[in-house]
Amino acid sequence: MSVLSAQPSVAIAQSVSTHHSVWKTSIRFTIIATLLFGVGYPLLVTGIAEIVFPHKAAGSLITKDGQIIGSQLLAQSFTTDRYFHPRPSAAGNGYDATSSGGSNMAQSNAKLVQRIQGDIDKLSAANAGKPVPIDLVTTSGSGLDPDITPDAAFYQAPRVAKARGIGGDRIRKLIEAHIARRQLGLLGEPRVNVLELNLDLDKTVQ
Amino acid sequence: MSANGWLQFVIYSLVLLATVRPVGIYLARVLEGQRTWLDPVFRPLERFIYKLSGVTADKEMNWREYSFALLGFSAVSLLVTYAIERLQAVLPLWNPQKLAAVGPDLAWSTAASFTTNTNWQSYTPETTMGYLTQMAGLATHNFFSATVGIVVAVALIRGIKRTTSGTIGNFWVDATRTLLYVLLPGSLIYALLLVGQGVPQNLHAYTVAHPLEQPTQTQTIAQGPVASQEAIKMLGTNGGGFFNANSAHPFENPTPFSNFLQMLSIFIIPAGLTYTLGRMTGSRGHGWAVFAAMYVLFAAGFVVAYWAESQPHPMIHGAAQTGTATAPAGNMEGKEVRFGVSQSALFATITTDASCGAVNSMHDSFTPLGGMVPLANIMLGEVIFGGVGSGLYGMLIFVVLAVFIAGLMVGRTPEYLGKKIEAYDVKMSMLYVLIFPLIILTLTAIFVLSPNIGLSALSNGGPHGLSEILYAFSSATGNNGSAFAGLSANTWWYNVVLGWSMLAGRFLMLIPVVALAGNLAQKKSVPPSPGTFPVNTSLFTVLLIGVVLILGALTFFPVLSLGPILEHLQLKAGQLF
Repeated sequence: MSVLSAQPSVAIAQSVSTHHSVWKTSIRFTIIATLLFGVGYPLLVTGIAEIVFPHKAAGSLITKDGQIIGSQLLAQSFTTDRYFHPRPSAAGNGYDATSSGGSNMAQSNAKLVQRIQGDIDKLSAANAGKPVPIDLVTTSGSGLDPDITPDAAFYQAPRVAKARGIGGDRIRKLIEAHIARRQLGLLGEPRVNVLELNLDLDKTVQ
Repeated sequence: MSANGWLQFVIYSLVLLATVRPVGIYLARVLEGQRTWLDPVFRPLERFIYKLSGVTADKEMNWREYSFALLGFSAVSLLVTYAIERLQAVLPLWNPQKLAAVGPDLAWSTAASFTTNTNWQSYTPETTMGYLTQMAGLATHNFFSATVGIVVAVALIRGIKRTTSGTIGNFWVDATRTLLYVLLPGSLIYALLLVGQGVPQNLHAYTVAHPLEQPTQTQTIAQGPVASQEAIKMLGTNGGGFFNANSAHPFENPTPFSNFLQMLSIFIIPAGLTYTLGRMTGSRGHGWAVFAAMYVLFAAGFVVAYWAESQPHPMIHGAAQTGTATAPAGNMEGKEVRFGVSQSALFATITTDASCGAVNSMHDSFTPLGGMVPLANIMLGEVIFGGVGSGLYGMLIFVVLAVFIAGLMVGRTPEYLGKKIEAYDVKMSMLYVLIFPLIILTLTAIFVLSPNIGLSALSNGGPHGLSEILYAFSSATGNNGSAFAGLSANTWWYNVVLGWSMLAGRFLMLIPVVALAGNLAQKKSVPPSPGTFPVNTSLFTVLLIGVVLILGALTFFPVLSLGPILEHLQLKAGQLF
């Protein structure tokens, strides 16, 4: 075994002037790089983005009658029977777009199980005991998930149809028109954007 | 689990594989100072930067000079970020929400966090950090810390490659070239792709909307220069979100395609660097053998996480938890519908294999075994592709140990690519390997034993509480930055101690690597003999995987059995907390 050979000798002498120049270079380099990457780069991206994708760069906002009603990408609260409901939200006091986040409750947390079970019991009581799509009773990671699964949309169809006094078929057709398939036929999961569906609902079915 | 879920994993793997060679070649060209097709654009800027900062570009550095330059740059840029955070209320630019100055302990933990490529965030960014702080204080470190990781990996490769050399390169040149030729163009294109998917990019004040159903109410929509930060956050394996929900937020990660890009951009540089290793050392087979070890560990983690997250909750009844063609199965708490279970499990695996720490779902709400995968990935040292640069140099430490162990088995002095591995090299490697668990386990133990300091921050009880604290110190020391976010870590004690553990986990581990590079560089090359253990074979890949797993398991299995494993068994038995 010859693994324990001698230590390498390393030059130790570091002159004071070398230290000085390291600090000087560090300070200069940091200032230049901060201006370049912390100001120049984001402003360049902003400039190009606002020209090429003005709607998206501004947050995909939706206007109705001259008023901004929200962003196409963010969930907002719907509680009445006339509208499809998004998933429950743990963002702030619910759908707070300045305080995104999940519940962060563990699967072994009794409060989580109580909350989910309570919501399931309420929803399935109103739907003749049909099993509840799991996304309708779980909070999303952001608290702003704009989507529900197609199953969750169909699950709510009878309630919305009844509240608007129209046939379930029309509602189901509307949902089908709003199902976003997997991107490129492959990526992600099929989904329905709740705000867009509700806007269309208001337009087509009074 | 669905066929589509597996298919998405296969597609991801193939696309990643296709990038390895071109990215690896490009990185090698940039870091060996060769011409690239971006020279006409960036070469003048590169020279201008050297001139302004007083860098002599052709002066080589020994490992001490290299370390001093690296530490000087990190220290100065840390202080600049601290200053911007503390002064954001009085600085005149880009703070339309008039956010107040960040408090001293939080500013400290955040500056340390971003400087060390950790990007742990114990605050809600949208109500804490103004646009100037986000851009010039935080996003800059996404560039800088990624650069530091890459240049150290390259210095180590040079150490392996050079013979009887006293130097390992010039830090400022390596840093400038990485920033200009790799990270800047990559981020620019990537940021615009993200805006095309819906990521906002503006400097407006937050938008006040009047919701459709309740127009008398308001919903304030946080905005900002998100895409520019998002791009480098992923490409530099930083992971610090513009928003609290990170890549789960629809503004950071609006579509499945943006999600695919984000997952790809975490691994693209670390995976490419394995090819750079093979190319620069003249042993491409070795690069692929390292890649294979990383890939196997990655795939294994994904399989466990995807399986665990697809299981129905044993205590919940009356919900459709088994999955259909139009709804995913399993655990959707803390997950987004557009990603579903498969792409949430895949993202969680990737972000902790790397030292990224971005999340597109809340790890705290994962099933016990599903959540153990990200935790275990961090504990293995983030060498499964790993952070940009840090993943490769971390894995090369395990490579040194693997050839050392192989040498012990046959009773010969171990060699690695023509270099004799001697006592000093093994000592530096062991230093690297031991500092990590020492910090994590000691601090976890102290905080678990302190009701007022440690336990009061918990939001979940039982074994999961231990997991939350353990995850925090693993994530900080491993410079990951993801969290079991139920832990309310924005307290004086957590901020200060986590800040120091991030710095220790970064620089105490990085300096031995540079020292190892310096020591290897000055050695003579010995020709391979019949007793040399070849490092380009599948046998080597298996040995390397074994070393990573055995070291990790010996160190962390006891504490994992008290956390996630115990929680899993108790949950199966119907025990809640």
